[in-house]
Amino acid sequence: MSSSKKPPFDRDVVVKEALRVMPSASRRQFLRHGLTLGGLALLTGCDLVSEQSVESALMRVSRLNDRAQALLFSPTRLAPTYTPAEMTRPFPFNAYYSLSRVPAVAAEDFRLEVSGLVTERRPWTLADIAALPRVEQITRHICVEGWSAIGRWGGVRFADFLARIGADTSARYVGFKCADDYYTSIDMPTALHPQTQLTLEYDGEVLPARYGFPLKLRMPTKLGYKNPKHIRAVFVTNTYPGGYWEDQGYNWFGGS
Amino acid sequence: MSRAAAHPPSDESPTLIHPRWLRITHWLNVCAVVVLVLSGWRIYNASPLFDLRFPREWTLGGWLGGALQWHFAAMWLLVGNGLVYLTANLASGRFVRRFLPLSPRAVWQDLRAALRGRLTHADPSHYNAVQRAAYLFAVFDLLLIVLSGLVLWKSVQFPLLRDLLGGYEAARRVHFFAMAALVAFVLLHVTMVAIVPRTLVTMLRGR
Repeated sequence: MSSSKKPPFDRDVVVKEALRVMPSASRRQFLRHGLTLGGLALLTGCDLVSEQSVESALMRVSRLNDRAQALLFSPTRLAPTYTPAEMTRPFPFNAYYSLSRVPAVAAEDFRLEVSGLVTERRPWTLADIAALPRVEQITRHICVEGWSAIGRWGGVRFADFLARIGADTSARYVGFKCADDYYTSIDMPTALHPQTQLTLEYDGEVLPARYGFPLKLRMPTKLGYKNPKHIRAVFVTNTYPGGYWEDQGYNWFGGS
Repeated sequence: MSRAAAHPPSDESPTLIHPRWLRITHWLNVCAVVVLVLSGWRIYNASPLFDLRFPREWTLGGWLGGALQWHFAAMWLLVGNGLVYLTANLASGRFVRRFLPLSPRAVWQDLRAALRGRLTHADPSHYNAVQRAAYLFAVFDLLLIVLSGLVLWKSVQFPLLRDLLGGYEAARRVHFFAMAALVAFVLLHVTMVAIVPRTLVTMLRGR
């Protein structure tokens, strides 16, 4: 287990970073602009290979990588946990928008919508969720960009929640819709993993808005972009729901 | 891959220096390494470890998601091709024949001779000690790149490897410096090939 040095996270730097990785129209055609030195060198003389087919070939490999990761994933192997002294302070804010645009969700009106392959469809208040057995973890959040940060998260086991809503655990996907218009989806084995947590707290306090108030899904077995914040709806389905970044080219499984 | 004793193909004449499987795996490895290094630089730029960024036009993928797709596609080529290379090399006995014995003393002597311009490539079927050390280094460095890459890709699923490399954050640095060492090797390697162009022909035609 490593005890990482605290990275020098500065709020402005993190906001700048978030803005930098914001999606843009051009990014969706990354291959057109992406075939720079290396790509051109590889494809020179290979005019038969169109950019479109390169893009779809890479997407197919990404789908194969989803399967490879599902095979590697162990439903019982736990991510390493850390001591409070090893926590990264401040824990970085990261989203596809800047800190000033974090959504403000009112706790009293909040209802978590539940739909899809479940037997209990009634919406949940925060108090309903908090009544489930409480769990806590200090784990490493690994961002797709490479950096990592250790945080302390409290909440309930997502598996307990899925049991309460009578989720069909033989279904393939659990999808999430968020108050910040983010959306993502995960595989059922990860949804049932003991460290997959429906998170209500950060470091012993009510989850701050910047980390996803009122609800976030914390999975130390997946990269950061797979951990949705400001969750307002959960659904169980066999139809591939994709995700905000995943639809632009990030790998769907996104495991770590 | 092994020599057919009764009817050796024309390719496998006694003057053959690099068997076909070696040439194929060498050039496939070149493709994999070029894609992995250039896309890796783009991935590195998303969250630089040091006060260093790679010029955007030197990178592959256009944005982080594209670079990751190239990286996680080419990794299969690197690993699959690397396994074929190691298996064929070890099974044929070529690995031992061409790379061993190797002593620090011999490397030092050949290095001094090379720097004085007195190391000849008279017999291309025989590697001098500096070549042996350099090629073995490349093999082990690539192995380290793959192992540290596995930790970055799946740090939770490979706990033993993760702990051996000192954790996720340490593995990032190992991966970076192993890349830097590989690039240094490639620069030296290509320089030597430019000085002795005949070695390029050998790696293309086998003799």
